[in-house]
Amino acid sequence: MDRRQFLGSGATLTLLSPVANQAFAAATDDARFVLVILRGGLDGLAAVPAYGESRYRSLRGALALPAPGEEGGALKLDGLFGLHPSLQTMHRMYADGDLAVAHAVASPYRERSHFDGQKVLEAGGTSPSTSDGGWLNRALAALSEESFGRDAIALADTVPLVLRGPVNVSSWAPSNLPGTDDDTLARVRMMYEAADPDGAMRLTDALNARDIAGEAGMDSMQGGRQQQQLTPVTTAAARFLAADDGPRIAVIEAGGWDTHANQGASNGNLATRLRLLDEGLASFRTELGDHWDKTTVMIVTEFGRTVAVNGTRGTDHGTAGAAFVAGGAVAGGRVIGDWPGLRESDLYQGRDLQPTTDMRALFKGLLSEQYGLSARALETRVFADSESVAPISIGV
Amino acid sequence: MLNLKSAIAANRFGLGARPGDASRIGSDPQGWLLAQIDAPGARRIARPDSDTQPDSAVILEEVRELRLIRQAAQSARNNEAIQVDEDSIREYGRFIASNYQEQAASGFRQAIVSDQPFRERLVRFWQNHFAISADKQPIGAIAGLYRDEALRPNITGNFRELLTAAVRHPAMLLYLDNIQSIGPDSTLGRLAGRRRNAGLNENLSREILELHTLGVDGGYTQDDVIEFSKALTGWSIGGQGPGAERGLRAVTDRIAASFDSSKPGEFAFREVIHEPGAKHILGERFAERGVEEAEAVLDFLARQPQTANFLATKLARHFVADEPPASLVDMLEKTYLDNDGELAPVYRALVNADVSWQEPQSKYKTPEEFLISSYRATGTREPRRNNELIAMATQLGQRPLTPGSPAGWPDIAANWNGGDALLKRIELATSLGNSIGDRIDAAAHVDEILGATASDATRTSISRAESGAQAIALMFSAPEFQRR
Repeated sequence: MDRRQFLGSGATLTLLSPVANQAFAAATDDARFVLVILRGGLDGLAAVPAYGESRYRSLRGALALPAPGEEGGALKLDGLFGLHPSLQTMHRMYADGDLAVAHAVASPYRERSHFDGQKVLEAGGTSPSTSDGGWLNRALAALSEESFGRDAIALADTVPLVLRGPVNVSSWAPSNLPGTDDDTLARVRMMYEAADPDGAMRLTDALNARDIAGEAGMDSMQGGRQQQQLTPVTTAAARFLAADDGPRIAVIEAGGWDTHANQGASNGNLATRLRLLDEGLASFRTELGDHWDKTTVMIVTEFGRTVAVNGTRGTDHGTAGAAFVAGGAVAGGRVIGDWPGLRESDLYQGRDLQPTTDMRALFKGLLSEQYGLSARALETRVFADSESVAPISIGV
Repeated sequence: MLNLKSAIAANRFGLGARPGDASRIGSDPQGWLLAQIDAPGARRIARPDSDTQPDSAVILEEVRELRLIRQAAQSARNNEAIQVDEDSIREYGRFIASNYQEQAASGFRQAIVSDQPFRERLVRFWQNHFAISADKQPIGAIAGLYRDEALRPNITGNFRELLTAAVRHPAMLLYLDNIQSIGPDSTLGRLAGRRRNAGLNENLSREILELHTLGVDGGYTQDDVIEFSKALTGWSIGGQGPGAERGLRAVTDRIAASFDSSKPGEFAFREVIHEPGAKHILGERFAERGVEEAEAVLDFLARQPQTANFLATKLARHFVADEPPASLVDMLEKTYLDNDGELAPVYRALVNADVSWQEPQSKYKTPEEFLISSYRATGTREPRRNNELIAMATQLGQRPLTPGSPAGWPDIAANWNGGDALLKRIELATSLGNSIGDRIDAAAHVDEILGATASDATRTSISRAESGAQAIALMFSAPEFQRR
């Protein structure tokens, strides 16, 4: 029996066994997934410096991080890669086997527009014009046919493209407006049920979400810098995912990664953003408690940035970059991907990190391992025309 | 009672009906709109407060001085012999914040009290098209003035003029980093040398091509982006501008400033950092002409059919439907090209098209539109204090003047109609209702504001409210009030 036949018969056995099927359904219902979208184009070489490359220091100039062990130096992952010194929690997670780093990763998009890049990342197609809602919504649609009865939530004022589509999802963002009394709310709902049934449904979802988020929203509005803080949002996300009847999938957005000028190295603008991201992940894990073991967090961005520092001590729009996969359900402590190198001939169009891993391979790995979506559903419904992109295993 | 066509004129083309609009608009809603475009003297309408308020050049100079003071005080912290004035460190941020609040709130007030709401909506449309964001410092100090200085006087002129005015304004040059872009072969670029990494910044040129003119599918390449960024080198701000105070930038700023005779804080062309030589963009050769070179590129871009199509699509999307009718886009595009980029004929064509009036409630209001139309509907000319207005808009998901991206705020329902966002509108409606109480007869108000667009269910619900305050809350929460 060759390997393929062996796998084939194993799959058949699983499908035929009712006991295994039940266990499987429970496992998928229990899995948690958070997608964090960093809008603006995270500089992958700043977050995950290839400090071991001989050309790293000269290309990066003022943006180069000191080597591990030096003051403000990168946090060592292996002999080639480190993490930005702001990413203390993530570095510990890597050591604990709870964080994998993907490098030289990119969506299929090869131009340099933020907005088209985000469209491709979120719609899950190969070009910005082929948009039929978001891939995560299509995955939910496929899952719901396989008795996955859990919801998704966007931690945002409005639902981002990746979650838009036929499956109704809720959204939640912190509020400190004075509440509306129950009587008025009931009347408003009646008005919507008569004149705008879709609106009535969204309203009901929003009210349910408020119940779960509880006080997390209130804490976050103190002080004027709430837009940059991720902790209130990640804390709320953890509460949603931990609730017994809560959603199992959440999407979080964070902006401010478009560092064209004065990006900084160990300290500075980008270092601050990365620290807030790291703190957000730390508070998410704390709030989530034991559910962390069943959780996968993916942190992605629309594209990386130029390898070389530009004329204004920043970086311009590039191609491949870094992504993070964190959680107790993740086989961490490793760097995923083929490193393309930094010689001029290695670079994409002579300026950007060459993409060697398709971001969709990570998404497909997650959806097949944690949620049991079939290869066929992944290739035809969720990520059309992705037969050539093999899923990458990310789970333990 | 506001009939259907007047309700569309007031809510879709305007910024929301006010009590008494039925008689103001009269029997010719299209004529009411067109008069706002063609009003004599409207074209060069000045900032309402330009006599009493400083312009952005004055404010930028103040920002620069406060930054110098702050830096001096911060470095003095290392010297124990010097008593540091901590207040002088905070003053920089305070100054920017107070200017931001004043301008953000005054933008709301102009919209709330405007008698030319179609014109005012166009100003806001172009402000979003040429978006800058006040969350990048020190742009907060001049973000509202940018709208009034660069855009407002040009919205009924030629697109070429509007585009040039937007790109030349210090707010845009700061926002998209052009003041830092140095031609590698310019006088100063060669002096600084590769070693110092003096060089180009592509941000402004890329966003002009992608977001202001051709659109992302407009057929330009990475080489076009680079060539255009070379043409734009030297487009900067007079005096030392708000550039760095230390290091290479400070040196180039000081040297460059010594060559220019522009006023501090205003647009300045700096020959010494301008990349010399002809540039080739989209197959067109642009001869070296100093400051006029990038102007020629902007003229060229404004004339392209892709630009006509991009602008026609955005206008049709903003005014008519998230997926605008192709016939309308084609017609607006043709009007633009036939009139060599003159905008008034395009607006007239939009207003005169039957298709613009067919679906009464096809657009979902943005949070700002919701807030502005709520205040207009109350008929009061006294909105709350500056920071309250800003806090309300922020809570609804649209902190004023901070789209956070050069693409501006999204203009389709899917971005704004989430359940949680709706819940916040309902909460705001409740709080407005509580502050107004029974001073307004909401049942009569429905006829004046929603008019023929109000459903029976909504009318019934409002008429049965237990109090005047609740009736107001229900009207502003109603599905029909979320649309235009």
